Amino acid sequence: MINSLPPGVILILGALMLPLLPGRLKLAWMLILPVLSGWHLWSLYDHSTEIAFELMGCQLQLVQIDNLSLVWVAIFHIAAILSVLFALHVKDSVQHVSGLVYAGAAIGAVCAGDLITLFVYWELTAVSSVFLIWASRNERSYRAGMRYLIVQVGSGVILLAGILLHLRDTGSVTFNEAFWKLLPTTEGYLLGLNSPGTMLIFLAFGIKAAFPLLHSWLEDAYPEATVTGTVFLSAFTTKLAIYVLARGFPGTEILIWIGAIMTAFPIFFAVIENDLRRVLAYSLNNQLGFMVVGIGLANFVDHPEIAKMALNGTAAHAFAHILYKALLFMSMGAVLYRTGTINASELGGLYKSMPWTTAFCIIGAASISAFPLFSGFVTKSMILTATADRHYMVIWLVLLFASAGVIHHSGIKIPFFAFFAHDSGKRVKEAPLNMLIAMGICAVLCILIGVCPGLLYGILPYSTEYDAYSTSHVITQLQLLFFAALAFTVLKLAAIDPPELASINLDVDWIYRKPLPALIARLHRTGVALGDAANRLVLAGLMQISTWIKRQCGIQGRFGGNWSTGTMVLCAAILLGAYLIVSYF
Amino acid sequence: MDKKYWLDDPRNIKKVLYGLYAVCALLVVADFFYEKHDHFKFEKWFGFFGWFGFIAYVSLVLTARVLRKALKREEDYYDQ
Repeated sequence: MINSLPPGVILILGALMLPLLPGRLKLAWMLILPVLSGWHLWSLYDHSTEIAFELMGCQLQLVQIDNLSLVWVAIFHIAAILSVLFALHVKDSVQHVSGLVYAGAAIGAVCAGDLITLFVYWELTAVSSVFLIWASRNERSYRAGMRYLIVQVGSGVILLAGILLHLRDTGSVTFNEAFWKLLPTTEGYLLGLNSPGTMLIFLAFGIKAAFPLLHSWLEDAYPEATVTGTVFLSAFTTKLAIYVLARGFPGTEILIWIGAIMTAFPIFFAVIENDLRRVLAYSLNNQLGFMVVGIGLANFVDHPEIAKMALNGTAAHAFAHILYKALLFMSMGAVLYRTGTINASELGGLYKSMPWTTAFCIIGAASISAFPLFSGFVTKSMILTATADRHYMVIWLVLLFASAGVIHHSGIKIPFFAFFAHDSGKRVKEAPLNMLIAMGICAVLCILIGVCPGLLYGILPYSTEYDAYSTSHVITQLQLLFFAALAFTVLKLAAIDPPELASINLDVDWIYRKPLPALIARLHRTGVALGDAANRLVLAGLMQISTWIKRQCGIQGRFGGNWSTGTMVLCAAILLGAYLIVSYF
Repeated sequence: MDKKYWLDDPRNIKKVLYGLYAVCALLVVADFFYEKHDHFKFEKWFGFFGWFGFIAYVSLVLTARVLRKALKREEDYYDQ
């Protein structure tokens, strides 16, 4: 019976029942749901169940769990359980329901075997997750949520337009193969990007993956969500985008360049950002860049072996990334929860009162910095190795530069300014127990992946012999890490390191938050003024005509006055004459 | 009276820093003792990853300082 349910539906329907349950039962239900859903998905995978039906001539495939989607299904369930655990103390049902529906929608989306199903879940992730932002219940979060919703739903609309064009071109909406396999090949095409439909689909994926210039919804909205909401948000939306890119556009060369830019530019913003959760959002953006590069390198036509390593790298990095990013957002969430602020300029010295949170945060920081024995070390290097194998020297140097940048903002800045630096004098309680347990599990998983990478490599799309712990890799990575730390020390001692200031920084969202609304307001004002002027002009003209008619038809006027008989006869003669002429034609 | 922590003592911070310098020195020395397998020639340069990391970090921070001059606004900028 359970096998006839589509993926993710257990979480979605189960979440909707949540508000009806009393106290402790509700907590138990929240924790059971992701486990139940995980078991459901496993049984779908194990029995290779098919749930398919036809809708208006399109064959819909609701279950597609293969080697690629399996990685995402697994990590999405782990993320759902950990996020729920982290949010267990929250009394607000809205957040619980939206978090679980959101997780269910993301799981449904990665299992979608056709584009229509993908579209439905795609929009559901947007609509369900916005409540995690609005749940902050203030003006700022309301506005940020609105902007987030417009961008997300917009990406869905573009996706739908792309799907319809693609359907017209190919007559099919299947999404079990990359687009370059679905479409007839043409000369000089980019892998998969060879029709208007696929280009629109690519754009929709790119918005959700926070491509450069399409990215600022992420940095804008995530830090405005609730303490626990951001943890949910950090896991699903963008990694769903990475998954669909990996499935639809592997080997599309432009992704290598897009990804490299993505790794590099957010780190500059992260250095000067004061809101530590926003720093993490920029850092998230930067990590997505590495995955995007991996997808771009996965050219199975020309370089099948490197492609396998690159796509493995992307999948592994997405898996590891969700865990350490959740851990970092959790630790900053705990700080915000206890101190009421997340601005670096107001924090410092918290290791004294939140030692556990500090330790977990440092583990997350070590993982994202790719410190040996932590998760990032065994995943990111696959993408760098694939880049080097394809001899992309500039890209490789950019990625290496970005790796040093990661050490700055996530490896050092986050733990240093929150927990060390100058003592802010804040003395608070340690994070609640459920938060500590969630962070603890994340931390253990980060180390477990780092120490036993085989566990993760075993579930990757392609079998791999990759060895992250070569002497060369360990020493070069340690050199990079410690010399970056040395640079931090030198800059700090020389007082060149940018101080944490109570300020914000402009990003691309500035365009649609300042000049665009101003322009629209101005256009509106001009339009109103023009309309008024036109009204006045037309009105004045009509008035003149009406006075003229009144005058002419009045008792004194030309038509209204008494006419002489001669004039009347003349007029009648002219009229009849005219009639005669007209009747001849 | 607040509890005194190990890191509250400036001498201990000095110890941490000396530890860091020592590790960096060791890592440079380590460059002599292993077989490098590289993809690009410059990876074989002496201590490449060390000084690349250092320069990358410093240039990142210096660029960001310039960037801040252009992009910094008051906290209530968008509320106005």
